[in-house]
Amino acid sequence: MMQLAARDITVEGRLNGVSATFQPGTITAICGPNGAGKSTLLSALANLAALDAGQVLLGDTALTAIAPQMRAQRIGFLPQDGQIAWDVAVRSLVALGRMPFRDEAPDKVARALAALDLTAFADRPVSTLSGGEKARALLARVLAGEPEWLLADEPLAALDIGHQLTLLRHLRAEAARGTGVVLVLHDLALAMNHADHVMVLGEGRLAASGAPAHALSEAIIAKVWGVSAKWIGEAGGRALIME
Amino acid sequence: MPRISFPVLVLLGLIAVTLPLSLLAGRVWIDPAHTPNAAVILADLRLPRSLLALVIGAGLGAAGAAMQGYLRNPLADPGLFGIAPMAALGAVASFWFGYAASAWLLPLFALVGAGMGMALLALIAGRTGGIALFTLAGLMIASLAGTLTSLAISMAPNAFAMSEIVTWLMGALTDRSWREVWIAAPLTIAGIGCLMLTGRGLDALTLGSAAARSLGVRDKVLQAWLITGVGLTVGSGVAVAGIVGFVGLIVPHLVRPFTDRRPSQLIVPSALAGALLVLVADCTVRILPLVTELRLGIALSLIGAPFFLWLLLRMRRGLA
Repeated sequence: MMQLAARDITVEGRLNGVSATFQPGTITAICGPNGAGKSTLLSALANLAALDAGQVLLGDTALTAIAPQMRAQRIGFLPQDGQIAWDVAVRSLVALGRMPFRDEAPDKVARALAALDLTAFADRPVSTLSGGEKARALLARVLAGEPEWLLADEPLAALDIGHQLTLLRHLRAEAARGTGVVLVLHDLALAMNHADHVMVLGEGRLAASGAPAHALSEAIIAKVWGVSAKWIGEAGGRALIME
Repeated sequence: MPRISFPVLVLLGLIAVTLPLSLLAGRVWIDPAHTPNAAVILADLRLPRSLLALVIGAGLGAAGAAMQGYLRNPLADPGLFGIAPMAALGAVASFWFGYAASAWLLPLFALVGAGMGMALLALIAGRTGGIALFTLAGLMIASLAGTLTSLAISMAPNAFAMSEIVTWLMGALTDRSWREVWIAAPLTIAGIGCLMLTGRGLDALTLGSAAARSLGVRDKVLQAWLITGVGLTVGSGVAVAGIVGFVGLIVPHLVRPFTDRRPSQLIVPSALAGALLVLVADCTVRILPLVTELRLGIALSLIGAPFFLWLLLRMRRGLA
Protein backbone atom coordinates (compact mmCIF):
# COMPACT_ATOMS: atom_id res chain seq x y z
CA MET A 1 0.00 0.00 0.00
CA MET A 2 1.20 3.47 -0.84
CA GLN A 3 1.64 6.49 1.36
CA LEU A 4 -0.31 9.69 0.90
CA ALA A 5 1.88 12.72 1.45
CA ALA A 6 1.47 16.48 1.45
CA ARG A 7 4.67 18.26 0.36
CA ASP A 8 4.94 21.90 1.40
CA ILE A 9 1.37 22.70 0.43
CA THR A 10 0.14 26.27 0.61
CA VAL A 11 -3.40 27.52 0.08
CA GLU A 12 -3.49 31.29 0.34
CA GLY A 13 -4.99 32.31 3.68
CA ARG A 14 -5.60 28.71 4.82
CA LEU A 15 -2.44 26.57 4.80
CA ASN A 16 1.16 27.69 4.94
CA GLY A 17 3.75 25.18 3.76
CA VAL A 18 2.34 22.04 5.39
CA SER A 19 4.19 18.75 4.92
CA ALA A 20 2.72 15.55 6.31
CA THR A 21 2.87 11.86 5.51
CA PHE A 22 -0.09 9.55 6.06
CA GLN A 23 0.33 5.80 6.53
CA PRO A 24 -2.02 3.18 5.11
CA GLY A 25 -3.64 0.80 7.59
CA THR A 26 -3.81 3.42 10.33
CA ILE A 27 -6.26 6.04 11.58
CA THR A 28 -4.81 9.55 11.46
CA ALA A 29 -6.69 12.39 13.15
CA ILE A 30 -6.24 16.00 12.03
CA CYS A 31 -6.97 18.34 14.94
CA GLY A 32 -6.76 22.06 15.51
CA PRO A 33 -8.76 25.14 16.46
CA ASN A 34 -11.43 26.62 14.16
CA GLY A 35 -9.88 28.13 11.06
CA ALA A 36 -6.59 26.26 11.46
CA GLY A 37 -6.93 24.74 7.98
CA LYS A 38 -8.05 21.19 8.84
CA SER A 39 -10.77 20.91 6.21
CA THR A 40 -8.54 22.57 3.60
CA LEU A 41 -5.79 20.01 4.27
CA LEU A 42 -8.27 17.14 3.97
CA SER A 43 -9.66 18.57 0.70
CA ALA A 44 -6.12 18.96 -0.61
CA LEU A 45 -5.44 15.28 0.13
CA ALA A 46 -8.32 14.42 -2.22
CA ASN A 47 -7.20 16.99 -4.81
CA LEU A 48 -10.34 19.04 -4.18
CA ALA A 49 -8.55 22.24 -3.15
CA ALA A 50 -6.57 24.43 -5.55
CA LEU A 51 -3.01 24.63 -4.19
CA ASP A 52 -0.97 27.80 -4.50
CA ALA A 53 2.24 25.87 -3.87
CA GLY A 54 3.41 22.35 -3.13
CA GLN A 55 1.84 19.07 -4.11
CA VAL A 56 0.15 15.96 -2.79
CA LEU A 57 1.73 12.61 -3.66
CA LEU A 58 0.07 9.22 -3.76
CA GLY A 59 3.07 6.91 -3.68
CA ASP A 60 5.44 8.69 -6.06
CA THR A 61 2.76 10.22 -8.28
CA ALA A 62 1.38 13.74 -7.91
CA LEU A 63 -2.40 13.68 -7.43
CA THR A 64 -2.80 16.30 -10.15
CA ALA A 65 -1.23 13.84 -12.62
CA ILE A 66 -3.87 11.19 -11.90
CA ALA A 67 -7.09 11.34 -13.95
CA PRO A 68 -10.12 12.34 -11.81
CA GLN A 69 -11.80 8.98 -12.31
CA MET A 70 -8.69 7.00 -11.32
CA ARG A 71 -8.13 9.24 -8.32
CA ALA A 72 -11.76 8.76 -7.30
CA GLN A 73 -11.27 4.98 -7.40
CA ARG A 74 -8.42 5.21 -4.91
CA ILE A 75 -9.39 8.07 -2.60
CA GLY A 76 -12.83 8.21 -0.98
CA PHE A 77 -13.93 11.54 0.46
CA LEU A 78 -16.73 12.16 2.94
CA PRO A 79 -17.52 15.89 3.26
CA GLN A 80 -18.73 17.41 6.48
CA ASP A 81 -22.07 18.79 5.30
CA GLY A 82 -23.69 15.39 4.68
CA GLN A 83 -25.94 16.68 1.92
CA ILE A 84 -28.48 14.38 0.28
CA ALA A 85 -30.47 16.54 -2.13
CA TRP A 86 -33.04 14.02 -3.33
CA ASP A 87 -35.01 11.47 -1.39
CA VAL A 88 -33.37 8.42 -2.99
CA ALA A 89 -33.37 4.91 -1.55
CA VAL A 90 -30.47 4.03 0.77
CA ARG A 91 -29.25 1.46 -1.75
CA SER A 92 -29.13 4.05 -4.56
CA LEU A 93 -27.25 6.42 -2.27
CA VAL A 94 -24.65 3.80 -1.40
CA ALA A 95 -24.38 2.76 -5.07
CA LEU A 96 -23.15 6.29 -5.88
CA GLY A 97 -19.87 5.11 -4.37
CA ARG A 98 -19.44 2.85 -7.40
CA MET A 99 -19.52 5.81 -9.78
CA PRO A 100 -15.73 5.98 -10.31
CA PHE A 101 -15.87 2.35 -11.53
CA ARG A 102 -18.87 2.90 -13.85
CA ASP A 103 -20.55 -0.20 -12.45
CA GLU A 104 -23.29 -0.77 -9.92
CA ALA A 105 -21.59 -3.88 -8.42
CA PRO A 106 -24.59 -5.05 -6.35
CA ASP A 107 -22.36 -7.37 -4.31
CA LYS A 108 -20.06 -4.54 -3.21
CA VAL A 109 -23.00 -2.26 -2.46
CA ALA A 110 -24.58 -5.06 -0.41
CA ARG A 111 -21.30 -5.60 1.44
CA ALA A 112 -21.00 -1.91 2.28
CA LEU A 113 -24.62 -1.88 3.49
CA ALA A 114 -23.98 -4.95 5.64
CA ALA A 115 -20.72 -3.55 7.04
CA LEU A 116 -22.65 -0.61 8.48
CA ASP A 117 -25.70 -2.63 9.58
CA LEU A 118 -27.90 -1.01 6.96
CA THR A 119 -29.16 -4.07 5.09
CA ALA A 120 -32.61 -3.74 6.64
CA PHE A 121 -32.80 -0.09 5.52
CA ALA A 122 -31.60 -0.68 1.95
CA ASP A 123 -34.91 0.05 0.24
CA ARG A 124 -36.05 2.87 2.51
CA PRO A 125 -35.93 6.51 1.34
CA VAL A 126 -33.12 8.41 3.06
CA SER A 127 -35.61 10.94 4.49
CA THR A 128 -36.87 8.23 6.86
CA LEU A 129 -33.44 7.67 8.43
CA SER A 130 -32.33 9.08 11.77
CA GLY A 131 -29.18 11.22 11.99
CA GLY A 132 -27.05 8.25 13.01
CA GLU A 133 -28.43 6.03 10.25
CA LYS A 134 -27.85 8.77 7.69
CA ALA A 135 -24.22 9.19 8.79
CA ARG A 136 -23.74 5.43 8.44
CA ALA A 137 -25.35 5.45 4.97
CA LEU A 138 -23.02 8.24 3.82
CA LEU A 139 -20.00 6.30 5.12
CA ALA A 140 -21.29 3.16 3.39
CA ARG A 141 -21.37 5.19 0.16
CA VAL A 142 -17.61 5.74 0.46
CA LEU A 143 -16.93 2.12 1.48
CA ALA A 144 -18.82 0.80 -1.57
CA GLY A 145 -15.95 2.14 -3.68
CA GLU A 146 -13.44 0.16 -1.59
CA PRO A 147 -10.95 3.05 -1.66
CA GLU A 148 -7.33 2.76 -0.53
CA TRP A 149 -7.80 6.03 1.33
CA LEU A 150 -10.82 7.14 3.30
CA LEU A 151 -10.84 10.86 4.09
CA ALA A 152 -13.68 12.09 6.29
CA ASP A 153 -14.36 15.61 7.54
CA GLU A 154 -15.90 15.55 11.02
CA PRO A 155 -17.76 12.27 10.46
CA LEU A 156 -18.67 12.05 14.14
CA ALA A 157 -19.77 15.64 14.74
CA ALA A 158 -23.55 15.23 14.65
CA LEU A 159 -23.66 11.87 16.41
CA ASP A 160 -24.39 10.86 19.98
CA ILE A 161 -21.65 8.95 21.84
CA GLY A 162 -23.16 5.55 21.07
CA HIS A 163 -23.20 6.21 17.33
CA GLN A 164 -19.75 7.80 17.51
CA LEU A 165 -18.31 4.58 18.91
CA THR A 166 -20.18 2.47 16.35
CA LEU A 167 -18.80 4.52 13.48
CA LEU A 168 -15.27 4.47 14.96
CA ARG A 169 -15.50 0.68 15.19
CA HIS A 170 -16.32 0.55 11.46
CA LEU A 171 -13.46 2.92 10.65
CA ARG A 172 -11.07 0.78 12.72
CA ALA A 173 -12.20 -2.31 10.80
CA GLU A 174 -11.45 -0.50 7.53
CA ALA A 175 -7.97 0.47 8.76
CA ALA A 176 -7.37 -3.16 9.76
CA ARG A 177 -8.04 -4.13 6.12
CA GLY A 178 -5.22 -1.83 5.08
CA THR A 179 -7.19 1.30 4.24
CA GLY A 180 -5.59 4.60 5.19
CA VAL A 181 -8.16 6.46 7.30
CA VAL A 182 -7.77 10.23 7.78
CA LEU A 183 -10.31 12.05 9.95
CA VAL A 184 -10.77 15.68 10.84
CA LEU A 185 -11.81 15.58 14.51
CA HIS A 186 -12.85 18.39 16.81
CA ASP A 187 -13.21 16.18 19.85
CA LEU A 188 -9.68 15.81 21.23
CA ALA A 189 -10.64 12.93 23.51
CA LEU A 190 -11.88 10.90 20.51
CA ALA A 191 -8.60 11.64 18.72
CA MET A 192 -6.56 10.75 21.82
CA ASN A 193 -8.34 7.45 22.41
CA HIS A 194 -8.99 6.19 18.89
CA ALA A 195 -6.35 7.54 16.49
CA ASP A 196 -2.99 5.90 15.78
CA HIS A 197 -1.47 9.18 14.76
CA VAL A 198 -2.47 12.81 15.34
CA MET A 199 -1.57 15.90 13.35
CA VAL A 200 -2.24 19.24 15.00
CA LEU A 201 -2.69 22.33 12.84
CA GLY A 202 -2.45 25.85 14.17
CA GLU A 203 -2.92 28.93 11.99
CA GLY A 204 -2.26 27.04 8.80
CA ARG A 205 0.92 25.34 9.97
CA LEU A 206 1.69 21.90 11.31
CA ALA A 207 2.12 22.45 15.06
CA ALA A 208 2.65 18.83 16.11
CA SER A 209 2.58 15.35 14.62
CA GLY A 210 3.00 11.99 16.24
CA ALA A 211 1.42 9.49 18.58
CA PRO A 212 -1.72 10.91 20.25
CA ALA A 213 -0.11 11.20 23.70
CA HIS A 214 2.72 13.23 22.21
CA ALA A 215 0.88 15.40 19.64
CA LEU A 216 -2.00 16.17 22.02
CA SER A 217 0.11 16.76 25.12
CA GLU A 218 -1.09 19.32 27.62
CA ALA A 219 1.74 21.65 26.56
CA ILE A 220 0.67 21.56 22.90
CA ILE A 221 -3.00 22.06 23.76
CA ALA A 222 -1.99 25.10 25.80
CA LYS A 223 0.12 26.45 22.94
CA VAL A 224 -2.23 25.79 20.00
CA TRP A 225 -5.68 26.18 21.57
CA GLY A 226 -4.64 28.62 24.29
CA VAL A 227 -6.46 26.48 26.84
CA SER A 228 -5.12 25.08 30.07
CA ALA A 229 -6.37 21.52 30.18
CA LYS A 230 -5.43 18.21 31.76
CA TRP A 231 -5.78 14.59 30.64
CA ILE A 232 -7.16 12.16 33.21
CA GLY A 233 -7.77 8.42 33.07
CA GLU A 234 -6.03 5.44 31.54
CA ALA A 235 -4.64 5.10 28.00
CA GLY A 236 -7.48 4.35 25.58
CA GLY A 237 -10.06 5.91 27.93
CA ARG A 238 -8.72 9.37 28.57
CA ALA A 239 -10.81 12.45 29.19
CA LEU A 240 -9.84 16.09 28.90
CA ILE A 241 -10.78 18.42 31.73
CA MET A 242 -10.35 22.18 31.76
CA GLU A 243 -8.41 23.67 34.60
CA MET B 1 -27.97 4.09 -20.40
CA PRO B 2 -31.27 4.33 -18.55
CA ARG B 3 -33.29 1.17 -18.77
CA ILE B 4 -36.82 1.27 -20.20
CA SER B 5 -38.65 1.81 -16.95
CA PHE B 6 -42.32 1.44 -16.15
CA PRO B 7 -43.08 5.20 -16.30
CA VAL B 8 -41.39 5.40 -19.71
CA LEU B 9 -43.59 2.58 -21.05
CA VAL B 10 -46.76 4.17 -19.66
CA LEU B 11 -45.89 7.58 -21.11
CA LEU B 12 -45.03 6.10 -24.50
CA GLY B 13 -48.40 4.33 -24.46
CA LEU B 14 -50.24 7.53 -23.58
CA ILE B 15 -48.48 9.44 -26.35
CA ALA B 16 -49.32 6.66 -28.83
CA VAL B 17 -53.02 7.05 -27.94
CA THR B 18 -53.06 10.86 -27.72
CA LEU B 19 -51.19 11.64 -30.93
CA PRO B 20 -53.80 10.22 -33.36
CA LEU B 21 -56.61 11.83 -31.33
CA SER B 22 -54.82 15.18 -31.46
CA LEU B 23 -54.81 15.00 -35.24
CA LEU B 24 -58.58 14.75 -35.32
CA ALA B 25 -59.21 17.38 -32.65
CA GLY B 26 -59.62 21.06 -33.43
CA ARG B 27 -62.09 23.83 -34.15
CA VAL B 28 -63.21 21.52 -36.94
CA TRP B 29 -63.23 17.86 -35.91
CA ILE B 30 -61.96 15.70 -38.71
CA ASP B 31 -63.60 12.49 -39.74
CA PRO B 32 -61.00 10.97 -42.06
CA ALA B 33 -63.69 9.18 -44.05
CA HIS B 34 -65.97 12.15 -44.68
CA THR B 35 -64.24 15.51 -44.18
CA PRO B 36 -63.21 16.95 -47.54
CA ASN B 37 -59.44 17.34 -47.99
CA ALA B 38 -58.91 15.39 -44.77
CA ALA B 39 -55.58 14.00 -45.97
CA VAL B 40 -54.16 17.43 -46.79
CA ILE B 41 -55.33 18.98 -43.50
CA LEU B 42 -53.88 16.08 -41.53
CA ALA B 43 -50.55 15.91 -43.33
CA ASP B 44 -49.82 19.60 -43.80
CA LEU B 45 -51.48 21.29 -40.82
CA ARG B 46 -52.29 19.00 -37.93
CA LEU B 47 -49.46 16.46 -38.03
CA PRO B 48 -46.63 19.05 -38.00
CA ARG B 49 -48.39 20.98 -35.25
CA SER B 50 -48.80 17.87 -33.09
CA LEU B 51 -45.23 16.75 -33.72
CA LEU B 52 -43.98 20.23 -32.85
CA ALA B 53 -45.93 20.10 -29.58
CA LEU B 54 -44.22 16.79 -28.78
CA VAL B 55 -40.77 18.12 -29.67
CA ILE B 56 -41.07 21.35 -27.68
CA GLY B 57 -42.61 19.62 -24.68
CA ALA B 58 -39.92 16.94 -24.69
CA GLY B 59 -37.17 19.54 -24.78
CA LEU B 60 -38.67 21.60 -21.96
CA GLY B 61 -39.36 18.54 -19.80
CA ALA B 62 -35.84 17.16 -20.18
CA ALA B 63 -34.25 20.58 -19.63
CA GLY B 64 -36.33 21.12 -16.49
CA ALA B 65 -35.37 17.74 -15.06
CA ALA B 66 -31.66 18.31 -15.72
CA MET B 67 -31.76 21.87 -14.39
CA GLN B 68 -33.48 20.82 -11.16
CA GLY B 69 -30.91 18.07 -10.74
CA TYR B 70 -28.02 20.43 -11.36
CA LEU B 71 -29.25 23.13 -8.99
CA ARG B 72 -30.46 20.50 -6.50
CA ASN B 73 -33.60 22.56 -6.27
CA PRO B 74 -37.09 21.39 -7.24
CA LEU B 75 -38.17 24.98 -7.94
CA ALA B 76 -35.73 25.56 -10.83
CA ASP B 77 -37.21 26.26 -14.25
CA PRO B 78 -35.03 26.15 -17.38
CA GLY B 79 -36.60 29.41 -18.55
CA LEU B 80 -35.14 31.28 -15.59
CA PHE B 81 -31.52 31.00 -16.59
CA GLY B 82 -31.03 33.37 -19.43
CA ILE B 83 -31.23 31.11 -22.47
CA ALA B 84 -34.98 31.32 -23.14
CA PRO B 85 -35.14 35.12 -22.57
CA MET B 86 -32.11 35.58 -24.84
CA ALA B 87 -33.78 33.48 -27.55
CA ALA B 88 -36.92 35.57 -27.18
CA LEU B 89 -34.84 38.72 -27.44
CA GLY B 90 -33.32 37.43 -30.68
CA ALA B 91 -36.78 36.79 -32.10
CA VAL B 92 -37.97 40.23 -30.97
CA ALA B 93 -34.99 41.79 -32.73
CA SER B 94 -36.05 40.10 -35.97
CA PHE B 95 -39.53 41.66 -35.63
CA TRP B 96 -38.02 45.01 -34.76
CA PHE B 97 -35.89 45.09 -37.88
CA GLY B 98 -38.72 43.71 -39.99
CA TYR B 99 -36.87 40.49 -40.84
CA ALA B 100 -39.62 38.30 -39.41
CA ALA B 101 -41.41 38.47 -42.76
CA SER B 102 -38.96 35.81 -43.93
CA ALA B 103 -39.99 32.56 -42.31
CA TRP B 104 -36.42 31.34 -41.75
CA LEU B 105 -35.00 34.52 -40.25
CA LEU B 106 -37.20 34.63 -37.12
CA PRO B 107 -36.09 31.23 -35.79
CA LEU B 108 -32.54 31.94 -36.91
CA PHE B 109 -32.45 35.16 -34.90
CA ALA B 110 -33.92 33.34 -31.90
CA LEU B 111 -31.28 30.60 -32.18
CA VAL B 112 -28.54 33.21 -32.37
CA GLY B 113 -30.01 34.81 -29.24
CA ALA B 114 -30.04 31.44 -27.47
CA GLY B 115 -26.45 30.85 -28.57
CA MET B 116 -25.40 34.21 -27.16
CA GLY B 117 -27.15 33.36 -23.90
CA MET B 118 -25.28 30.05 -23.73
CA ALA B 119 -21.98 31.72 -24.53
CA LEU B 120 -22.50 34.39 -21.87
CA LEU B 121 -23.40 31.77 -19.26
CA ALA B 122 -20.39 29.64 -20.18
CA LEU B 123 -18.09 32.64 -20.21
CA ILE B 124 -19.15 33.92 -16.79
CA ALA B 125 -19.77 30.65 -14.92
CA GLY B 126 -17.58 28.26 -16.91
CA ARG B 127 -14.27 29.45 -15.49
CA THR B 128 -14.98 27.95 -12.08
CA GLY B 129 -17.76 25.51 -12.87
CA GLY B 130 -19.47 26.73 -9.68
CA ILE B 131 -23.23 26.41 -9.22
CA ALA B 132 -23.85 29.66 -7.31
CA LEU B 133 -22.12 31.69 -10.00
CA PHE B 134 -24.11 29.85 -12.68
CA THR B 135 -27.39 30.70 -10.95
CA LEU B 136 -26.59 34.37 -10.45
CA ALA B 137 -25.18 34.79 -13.95
CA GLY B 138 -28.26 33.08 -15.43
CA LEU B 139 -30.66 35.27 -13.50
CA MET B 140 -28.80 38.43 -14.52
CA ILE B 141 -28.70 37.44 -18.19
CA ALA B 142 -32.44 36.69 -18.02
CA SER B 143 -33.10 40.04 -16.39
CA LEU B 144 -31.02 41.90 -18.98
CA ALA B 145 -32.70 40.09 -21.88
CA GLY B 146 -36.12 40.82 -20.40
CA THR B 147 -35.30 44.49 -20.05
CA LEU B 148 -34.02 44.74 -23.60
CA THR B 149 -37.18 42.98 -24.82
CA SER B 150 -39.30 45.55 -22.98
CA LEU B 151 -37.18 48.30 -24.49
CA ALA B 152 -37.74 46.88 -27.96
CA ILE B 153 -41.49 46.74 -27.38
CA SER B 154 -41.67 50.29 -26.02
CA MET B 155 -39.66 51.62 -28.93
CA ALA B 156 -41.25 49.49 -31.62
CA PRO B 157 -41.05 51.19 -35.05
CA ASN B 158 -44.83 50.87 -35.55
CA ALA B 159 -47.94 49.57 -33.88
CA PHE B 160 -48.01 46.52 -36.11
CA ALA B 161 -44.53 45.40 -35.07
CA MET B 162 -45.43 45.98 -31.44
CA SER B 163 -48.53 43.82 -31.62
CA GLU B 164 -46.58 41.16 -33.54
CA ILE B 165 -43.93 41.04 -30.83
CA VAL B 166 -46.36 40.92 -27.95
CA THR B 167 -48.45 38.20 -29.57
CA TRP B 168 -45.41 36.13 -30.50
CA LEU B 169 -43.93 36.33 -26.99
CA MET B 170 -47.01 34.63 -25.59
CA GLY B 171 -46.03 31.36 -27.22
CA ALA B 172 -48.23 29.33 -29.56
CA LEU B 173 -48.20 26.55 -32.13
CA THR B 174 -50.83 28.12 -34.38
CA ASP B 175 -50.12 27.86 -38.12
CA ARG B 176 -46.79 26.07 -37.67
CA SER B 177 -45.62 23.90 -40.54
CA TRP B 178 -43.11 21.17 -41.31
CA ARG B 179 -40.40 23.85 -41.58
CA GLU B 180 -40.59 24.50 -37.82
CA VAL B 181 -40.50 20.76 -37.15
CA TRP B 182 -37.32 20.43 -39.22
CA ILE B 183 -35.72 23.30 -37.31
CA ALA B 184 -36.68 22.24 -33.79
CA ALA B 185 -36.63 18.42 -33.92
CA PRO B 186 -32.94 17.78 -34.70
CA LEU B 187 -31.75 20.46 -32.28
CA THR B 188 -34.03 19.21 -29.51
CA ILE B 189 -33.01 15.60 -29.99
CA ALA B 190 -29.34 16.59 -29.89
CA GLY B 191 -30.04 18.67 -26.77
CA ILE B 192 -31.79 15.81 -24.97
CA GLY B 193 -28.78 13.67 -25.87
CA CYS B 194 -26.47 16.20 -24.17
CA LEU B 195 -28.72 16.30 -21.12
CA MET B 196 -28.68 12.50 -20.86
CA LEU B 197 -24.89 12.67 -20.73
CA THR B 198 -25.16 14.81 -17.60
CA GLY B 199 -27.16 12.14 -15.75
CA ARG B 200 -24.25 10.47 -13.96
CA GLY B 201 -22.81 13.80 -12.80
CA LEU B 202 -26.23 15.00 -11.64
CA ASP B 203 -26.64 11.83 -9.56
CA ALA B 204 -23.29 12.50 -7.89
CA LEU B 205 -24.34 16.11 -7.18
CA THR B 206 -27.03 14.65 -4.89
CA LEU B 207 -24.21 14.47 -2.33
CA GLY B 208 -23.10 18.07 -2.89
CA SER B 209 -20.47 19.62 -5.06
CA ALA B 210 -17.37 18.49 -3.11
CA ALA B 211 -18.51 14.87 -2.91
CA ALA B 212 -19.36 14.89 -6.61
CA ARG B 213 -15.87 16.07 -7.50
CA SER B 214 -14.37 13.46 -5.18
CA LEU B 215 -16.31 10.85 -7.18
CA GLY B 216 -14.52 11.95 -10.33
CA VAL B 217 -17.13 14.35 -11.71
CA ARG B 218 -15.46 17.19 -13.62
CA ASP B 219 -17.68 20.13 -12.80
CA LYS B 220 -16.71 22.28 -15.78
CA VAL B 221 -17.42 19.44 -18.21
CA LEU B 222 -20.75 18.74 -16.54
CA GLN B 223 -21.72 22.40 -16.72
CA ALA B 224 -20.73 22.64 -20.38
CA TRP B 225 -22.95 19.67 -21.33
CA LEU B 226 -25.79 21.12 -19.28
CA ILE B 227 -25.58 24.56 -20.89
CA THR B 228 -25.37 22.99 -24.37
CA GLY B 229 -28.32 20.66 -23.69
CA VAL B 230 -30.55 23.35 -22.20
CA GLY B 231 -29.51 25.80 -24.92
CA LEU B 232 -30.41 23.41 -27.74
CA THR B 233 -33.73 22.25 -26.27
CA VAL B 234 -35.02 25.51 -24.84
CA GLY B 235 -33.47 27.69 -27.54
CA SER B 236 -34.98 25.73 -30.41
CA GLY B 237 -38.33 25.59 -28.59
CA VAL B 238 -38.46 29.37 -28.22
CA ALA B 239 -37.29 29.78 -31.81
CA VAL B 240 -40.33 28.02 -33.23
CA ALA B 241 -43.03 28.57 -30.62
CA GLY B 242 -42.19 31.60 -28.49
CA ILE B 243 -42.09 31.46 -24.70
CA VAL B 244 -43.85 28.39 -23.32
CA GLY B 245 -43.38 28.53 -19.56
CA PHE B 246 -43.92 26.24 -16.59
CA VAL B 247 -43.56 22.93 -18.49
CA GLY B 248 -39.96 22.54 -17.35
CA LEU B 249 -40.95 23.34 -13.79
CA ILE B 250 -44.08 21.22 -13.43
CA VAL B 251 -43.25 18.09 -15.38
CA PRO B 252 -40.27 16.83 -13.32
CA HIS B 253 -42.46 17.17 -10.21
CA LEU B 254 -45.25 15.12 -11.70
CA VAL B 255 -42.82 12.43 -12.84
CA ARG B 256 -40.42 12.29 -9.86
CA PRO B 257 -42.66 10.22 -7.52
CA PHE B 258 -42.86 7.49 -10.19
CA THR B 259 -39.06 7.19 -10.48
CA ASP B 260 -36.39 6.25 -7.94
CA ARG B 261 -35.75 10.01 -7.61
CA ARG B 262 -32.23 9.89 -9.01
CA PRO B 263 -31.82 12.87 -11.37
CA SER B 264 -30.45 10.63 -14.15
CA GLN B 265 -33.59 8.50 -14.09
CA LEU B 266 -35.83 11.56 -14.42
CA ILE B 267 -34.59 13.01 -17.71
CA VAL B 268 -36.20 10.63 -20.23
CA PRO B 269 -39.55 10.28 -18.41
CA SER B 270 -39.69 14.07 -18.04
CA ALA B 271 -39.07 14.48 -21.77
CA LEU B 272 -41.97 12.13 -22.53
CA ALA B 273 -44.28 13.69 -19.95
CA GLY B 274 -43.43 17.19 -21.21
CA ALA B 275 -44.26 16.07 -24.75
CA LEU B 276 -47.59 14.68 -23.59
CA LEU B 277 -48.44 17.77 -21.54
CA VAL B 278 -47.80 20.24 -24.38
CA LEU B 279 -49.65 18.03 -26.87
CA VAL B 280 -52.71 17.83 -24.62
CA ALA B 281 -52.54 21.54 -23.78
CA ASP B 282 -52.30 22.48 -27.44
CA CYS B 283 -55.30 20.28 -28.32
CA THR B 284 -57.24 21.86 -25.48
CA VAL B 285 -56.63 25.43 -26.64
CA ARG B 286 -57.71 24.34 -30.14
CA ILE B 287 -60.95 22.83 -28.92
CA LEU B 288 -61.99 25.56 -26.49
CA PRO B 289 -64.98 27.44 -27.96
CA LEU B 290 -63.47 30.94 -27.76
CA VAL B 291 -63.64 33.69 -30.38
CA THR B 292 -59.86 33.66 -30.84
CA GLU B 293 -57.66 30.75 -29.90
CA LEU B 294 -56.22 30.89 -26.39
CA ARG B 295 -52.42 31.21 -26.66
CA LEU B 296 -50.65 28.04 -25.59
CA GLY B 297 -48.15 29.95 -23.46
CA ILE B 298 -50.98 31.64 -21.57
CA ALA B 299 -52.88 28.40 -21.12
CA LEU B 300 -49.84 26.66 -19.64
CA SER B 301 -49.15 29.60 -17.34
CA LEU B 302 -52.77 29.48 -16.19
CA ILE B 303 -52.22 25.86 -15.18
CA GLY B 304 -48.62 26.36 -14.07
CA ALA B 305 -48.82 29.33 -11.73
CA PRO B 306 -51.44 27.83 -9.38
CA PHE B 307 -49.50 24.56 -9.47
CA PHE B 308 -46.36 26.42 -8.43
CA LEU B 309 -48.22 28.02 -5.51
CA TRP B 310 -49.58 24.66 -4.44
CA LEU B 311 -46.03 23.32 -4.55
CA LEU B 312 -44.79 26.14 -2.34
CA LEU B 313 -47.61 25.56 0.13
CA ARG B 314 -46.80 21.86 0.29
CA MET B 315 -43.10 22.55 0.80
CA ARG B 316 -43.93 25.09 3.49
CA ARG B 317 -45.91 22.44 5.32
CA GLY B 318 -42.93 20.11 4.99
CA LEU B 319 -40.59 22.73 6.42
CA ALA B 320 -42.86 23.82 9.27
